[in-house]
Amino acid sequence: MRTRGILCVLALALGVAAATLPLAAETIGVTATEIKIGNTNPYSGPASAYGTIGKVIGAYFKKVNDEGGVNGRKVNYISYDDAYTPPKAVEMVRKLVEQDQVAALFQTLGTPTNTAIHKYVNQQKVPHLFVATGATKWNDPQHFPWTMGWQPNYQTEGRIYAQYILKNFPDAKIGILYQNDDYGKDYRKGLHDGLGEANAKKMIVMEQTYEVTDPTIDSQIVNLKNSGANVFFNVTIPKFAVQAIKKAHDIGWKPTHFLNNVSSSLATVLKPAGLEASRGLITALYMKEITDPQWKNDKGYQDWVAFMKKYYSEGALDDQGNAFGYTVAQAMTLVLKQCGNDLSRENILRQAESLKNVELPLLLPGIKVNTSQTDHAPIEQEQLAKFDGERWATFGELYDAAKK
Amino acid sequence: MPLRTLRLGVTLLAVVVALALPFTLSNFRLFQFTQVFIYAISLLGLNILTGYNGQISLGHGAFYAVGAYTTAIMLDKWNVPYGWTIPVAGLLCLVAGFLFGIPALRLEGLYLALATFALALAVPQILKYFENWTGGSQGIVLSKPTAPWGLRVNPDQWLYFLTLAVLLLLFVLATNLLAGRTGRAIVAIRDNPIAAQAMGVNTALYKSLTFGVSAGYVGVAGALSALAVAYVAPDAFNVFLSITFLTGIVIGGLASIWGAIFGALFIQFIPNWAQDIAKAAPWAIYGIFLIGFMYAMPRGIAGAIRLLTARAWRPRAEPSGAAPGSPR
Repeated sequence: MRTRGILCVLALALGVAAATLPLAAETIGVTATEIKIGNTNPYSGPASAYGTIGKVIGAYFKKVNDEGGVNGRKVNYISYDDAYTPPKAVEMVRKLVEQDQVAALFQTLGTPTNTAIHKYVNQQKVPHLFVATGATKWNDPQHFPWTMGWQPNYQTEGRIYAQYILKNFPDAKIGILYQNDDYGKDYRKGLHDGLGEANAKKMIVMEQTYEVTDPTIDSQIVNLKNSGANVFFNVTIPKFAVQAIKKAHDIGWKPTHFLNNVSSSLATVLKPAGLEASRGLITALYMKEITDPQWKNDKGYQDWVAFMKKYYSEGALDDQGNAFGYTVAQAMTLVLKQCGNDLSRENILRQAESLKNVELPLLLPGIKVNTSQTDHAPIEQEQLAKFDGERWATFGELYDAAKK
Repeated sequence: MPLRTLRLGVTLLAVVVALALPFTLSNFRLFQFTQVFIYAISLLGLNILTGYNGQISLGHGAFYAVGAYTTAIMLDKWNVPYGWTIPVAGLLCLVAGFLFGIPALRLEGLYLALATFALALAVPQILKYFENWTGGSQGIVLSKPTAPWGLRVNPDQWLYFLTLAVLLLLFVLATNLLAGRTGRAIVAIRDNPIAAQAMGVNTALYKSLTFGVSAGYVGVAGALSALAVAYVAPDAFNVFLSITFLTGIVIGGLASIWGAIFGALFIQFIPNWAQDIAKAAPWAIYGIFLIGFMYAMPRGIAGAIRLLTARAWRPRAEPSGAAPGSPR
């Protein structure tokens, strides 16, 4: 009995000591010469193709450090492999927060992995900034004030297409092909919501799904053609987007073809599918498509190429992920710069919440990053673009989800 | 029997150290050790099947997933107290494992490995299919259990103690199971099924039962992992998990109770160390560790330790050091 009492007291004492430790330190993760920023990425496992984003961010911070750092402090970017599995993400994020004591988490990648740490980081009050996922739930500052998204979410994009269809093709017969997971379903929901229940019932004539492990989607395309659809909403990742564009072309199906932003790359989708077959595709963009020849002489593009050659020469120049990571790292650097000398977690979050009309070199002209205490969705603008056989030609006005 | 005294002493020492850890380590380290215990439970389960009974399974990640989802669904949908979900997960997996064990009787060695591999491949997709229950690819977010009875330990410490208690219980059960008649029958089936049958062992029943018990252990581990991580999602239970389990029992030592602990330590910490050593190629480093371990200790860590202690205690024993009843 007595030993248990002593043990309990000991436990309590240690617990109290542990709880007060962070208070004793000045600001967590920050010294006079460095700022610790934590990240997790899938460097191994099924989603390891995304790992290049984590690497290019590291390369960008190296460039920042070479140029003197942020307000005299070097960025110490610590990135661990989570293999895209939630338990590993929890372990690695706890390591970053409790052991490495990072000032903030940045660009942790993946919807399931971020879901696993969502509650924890908000309990610990660690800035969880610009997460790399297209899910909608990250913009919820009321319940999760420390988490902030980055890219436009999939539902928003689905709504953009819906508005365009309602305006230009009121009699459309829509056929949808989507991947059977939360990514595909988010796009589908966006389209349904954008059309409205009555219109969705009337206009959508067929919905087909595929599994990410399927070898081909040929039969789905044939079914969609036979359904008489004249508008095709194509929610597929690059491998299947190539197949869909080719197959539709081969069987002579010529709908108005909306291709999701996920597969808008010229190098990995449109060229393999055939530029002729891709003519007339419509997508929504917020970044410059780096394999699009129209940006060859763009300053932002050229700076990026120079950066890639110097700091990340093993990275591919036709991988949009490398432009994505570069751009989001620029935003993070800006947030740190705005913090000045106060790099407390509260101030990092406050500065991340006060981005006003920030333009970044690889975002489409006119797209601006905006955040506030009630708006944790930094990029909410997109513009429609049509493929003219050579490049994505943007048209129409900028769509802004924040205003609708 | 001095060797036995030594074993008892080491076991007690290990338990004492394990009990002291929560008061010396940070919460993050405790979480890592909680995961080690969880892995140890699944490795022990798989070892009963593969190490003792000779049935190779590449699909135990599936039972781990079933255990985890049983706990998650019971907590999420029915608000069952979490303590009850652990035995339920174990029992459910025991039954599922037993039923899977019946058709598996027709498959031997590598064929069984392939059949179970299919199980591991199928489970993530099946989980996505029953979206209403499993939350699809979004998974289910849970709350971390807090300590009952007003104990003054934080959730990490509580989970650590809970997992340790379950681990000890299951280790004692496994030791008793394997030391007695049943254990001899299980090993006999591995070593020579025909002879075992001739001795009156009902091989079909024992093989299915072993499969069930093994799956039950892994199910309990899955349930604990759901509590520790406080989140379940299909991506956590991919094929790689099943392969990791198999790696763990081979490294730890086939047909060894203690091997489960060593194997668990290996699969928890070596990948992290590999990452610390070389960021660019952690899996290459991991591979080197793996080859190094297998080369230096072909019978796993437990096998090597057994060999060393046997030599130390009986310096003039046969060089093989194999005691009766030890693994092949």
